[in-house]
Amino acid sequence: MLSVQIRKQFRSNARQPFLLDITATFAPGFTVLFGPSGAGKSTLLDCIAGLQQPDSGEIRLGEESFFDAAGALSLPPQRRELAYVFQSLALFPHLSVEQNIRYGLDKLTLSEQTERSNGIARTFRIGNLLTRRPTELSGGEKQRVALARSLITRPRVLLLDEPLTGLDSALRRSILEDLRAWYAANRIPILYVTHNREEVDAIGERVVTLANGRVQESGAPGAILDAPRSIELAHAAGFENVLPAIVVEHRSTDGVMRVSLDHAACEIEIPLGDGEPGSEVRVAIRAGDILISTQAPHFLSARNILPGIVESLETRGTMVAIRVKAGAIFQVHVTPGAVRALDLSPGLLVWLVIKTHSCHLVR
Amino acid sequence: MNAEALFLSLRLAATVSFLLLVLALPLAYGLAFSTWRGKFLVESVVALPLVLPPTVLGFYALVAMGPRGPLGKIWQSLFGHSLAFTFAGLVLASMLYSLPFAVQPLVASFESLDRRLLDASAVLGASRARTFLRVILPLAWPGVLTALVLSFAHTLGEFGVVLMVGGNLPGITRTVSIDIYDRVQALDYAAAHQTALLLLLVSFVVLAIVYGVNRRVWSPWLAK
Repeated sequence: MLSVQIRKQFRSNARQPFLLDITATFAPGFTVLFGPSGAGKSTLLDCIAGLQQPDSGEIRLGEESFFDAAGALSLPPQRRELAYVFQSLALFPHLSVEQNIRYGLDKLTLSEQTERSNGIARTFRIGNLLTRRPTELSGGEKQRVALARSLITRPRVLLLDEPLTGLDSALRRSILEDLRAWYAANRIPILYVTHNREEVDAIGERVVTLANGRVQESGAPGAILDAPRSIELAHAAGFENVLPAIVVEHRSTDGVMRVSLDHAACEIEIPLGDGEPGSEVRVAIRAGDILISTQAPHFLSARNILPGIVESLETRGTMVAIRVKAGAIFQVHVTPGAVRALDLSPGLLVWLVIKTHSCHLVR
Repeated sequence: MNAEALFLSLRLAATVSFLLLVLALPLAYGLAFSTWRGKFLVESVVALPLVLPPTVLGFYALVAMGPRGPLGKIWQSLFGHSLAFTFAGLVLASMLYSLPFAVQPLVASFESLDRRLLDASAVLGASRARTFLRVILPLAWPGVLTALVLSFAHTLGEFGVVLMVGGNLPGITRTVSIDIYDRVQALDYAAAHQTALLLLLVSFVVLAIVYGVNRRVWSPWLAK
């Protein structure tokens, strides 16, 4: 159990003073740190790793104190025995992949080093890359090497700062599976910083949301990210559907306006917002806020009912992502049970049901 | 051409650039990575030889090395002879004179390193010394080479400091630039020209090496 209770004031920071004030505990398992950039996620990881010093508070792992302002104790990063994969990965450019992953093993004998590097190379499937330089690797390969280099040291805590940024989702999922396999044998606290909603869903045991240097909420990912408390988090939480639209008309008395999507292929009603008729706006809709019906629905309060064709279905854990072409392309998330009950399959004619207030005007 | 003077100059430049590198590496490390607020004072002292007339530098070096100067006294008690007007004295004064040319390229190349590489090394358990040897030095080698070459070239061409501290003793302190000066005084322009041209060529080659290796690192005047 990693427990953190720290404060750190940044005065010299450009615009306004920033206060990091975090109290949290991290049990073994994945905890996603989620929040907009500038929320203090990386600074928190740096403090846990010992690369930055908090002004006050303490950081402990079980009974061992990493940092204790009262006792004037701060263990140097070398002695905290944790692993930290930076956003930039920070592979040593002048060393080969094998030299990189063995970097943290210099206190072991050569045969132990070989044994461990072979093992980790298997786990992360990089055995064929050992003689290459980091510049000769693809994005996904670099990420695997960075994970391998960190985990080979058998850390007591794993800190991951957006380690899978810039990868496509298939590659991301495959690396996450390897990481999960590693975790099955090494049950330590894993702090995973991301602002990618898909990664949250893929990892999602527990989420801690940060904004303005403070913990906002913590709990199961669904409960928190579907009703984000702050606007920043709502943006960071990511909407699956962000559709370009053109304002058609205002209906001020009803507090709504109509917009056309995708070159007037269809029209929907959204809450009244900025944007004169004719102007270009964007409409964001959560994939989970859209209902699917296999018959034309009647007697519903929802104002937007769009006929469309199912293009594809993709199962992601306990959720199925469906692409529906209804004028524009919509992403809809439903449960596997719903897919079975409605017998959803590509090519099927369906109706999408979207409440006016599930549509958000974004910049 | 005076081969003795040329050989002396080369020996001096080689000794100075090597010793200076040993001194400049830790100094540059401190200047690049320390968060100490008084750092600017050290930076100013290191940069002083860039703006001081060599005669001023040479004068204080001479006073310090003289039999009654602090350095001279220590030297006298250790070796039984004065430090001024010796090769060792020349080396010391030259090190002072070329200090910024060794320190500033190193600081520039250390500062241009990705800090996250050093963080990664620390988190992986490497001591500062190991990080320095395995990450900083290999990645900052163009800066190291630049520091070596520039302090070599700068020492080779110095005149004022040598004249003040070393005098003009053949084989001990009479360097190439002093030799050229002597020839000109004696109106022996042909000999002066020979040596001067050689020095010009050496300087050009040296700078060509520096620029060829890395054009970003060289900027002792505008470092940062």
